[in-house]
Amino acid sequence: MKRLFASLLLALACTAAWPKDAPPLAEDPAVEKRMIAISEEMRCLVCQNESLAASQADLAQDLRRELRGLIKEGKSDEEIKQFMVSRYGDFVLYRPRMQPTTWLLWAGPFVLLIAGIAVLIGYLRRRSRVVEQEAPLSEDDAKRAEALLKEGGQ
Amino acid sequence: MKAKFLIPLALFVVLVGFLAVGLNRDPREVPSPLVGKAAPAFRVPQLDAAGKTFSPEDMKGKVWLLNVWASWCVSCREEHPLLVEFSRSQETPLIGLDYKDKREDGLGVLVRAGNPYSITAFDGDGRVGIDYGVYGVPETYVIDKAGVIRYKQIGPITREALDKKILPLINELNKS
Repeated sequence: MKRLFASLLLALACTAAWPKDAPPLAEDPAVEKRMIAISEEMRCLVCQNESLAASQADLAQDLRRELRGLIKEGKSDEEIKQFMVSRYGDFVLYRPRMQPTTWLLWAGPFVLLIAGIAVLIGYLRRRSRVVEQEAPLSEDDAKRAEALLKEGGQ
Repeated sequence: MKAKFLIPLALFVVLVGFLAVGLNRDPREVPSPLVGKAAPAFRVPQLDAAGKTFSPEDMKGKVWLLNVWASWCVSCREEHPLLVEFSRSQETPLIGLDYKDKREDGLGVLVRAGNPYSITAFDGDGRVGIDYGVYGVPETYVIDKAGVIRYKQIGPITREALDKKILPLINELNKS
């Protein structure tokens, strides 16, 4: 009887713990998809190594709400980016824009590569010139070398 | 020929110089693109009188400070005594913006710690904060007579920032 009661209790406990249906992620999956695509490209200003899409910071949640609103208003991706940049600066963008202040950033690696290749070519040329210029052995030196070689052979 | 050996040393010194500057900067201080631009417009209810509203337009013609704070913000408590002192010694209006807060909590702080603000605007859902690019309270904006943001203090106001930057700037703006 006791056992029956216990199992009954257990069964009841299980029904109580049955999971509810997961709440839908968003009212509009299309809006949500675009919002995530945009916010993945943006930095959360509170936890700077997290994207706006991934961050659980309060501000990030508010900003995602704001982005949803902008998407529903029919704003383009570029307009939404501008909305964020005008408030938080270029820092929110993970991909820096092409503009005078970022030219060095974009071109820097290529400039360094070209400079490196130029230095390498210069070095190789100089070295080959040094090898060419090395004078052949004089007659005396050749005789001496031959003599030494013979000596070694005996 | 000898100078060639100094090249790596020179490069090293340059690198150390960059690191010395870069590593001593606070990565949390992101320069605001709003400095030099018109303060974004808004109109929100006041904290202590829900019937009354506040808008930056009301402050046209005055140099004023907008201090974003909240009851849940720990470093706001740090700067609070300095703000109280500022409000007693200065003519410059100090407007508070209670950011993402509950009315009673915000009012509680002002009762307990003193009220340095001539007006406190209430931004319960943080929308005004978003327009001002607020990402870490407290933040303080110095706004000139034409309604242009001239300076933004990120994080609590320190005595040093107040004496060296904010007060001289207010004096200068008041003259023009």
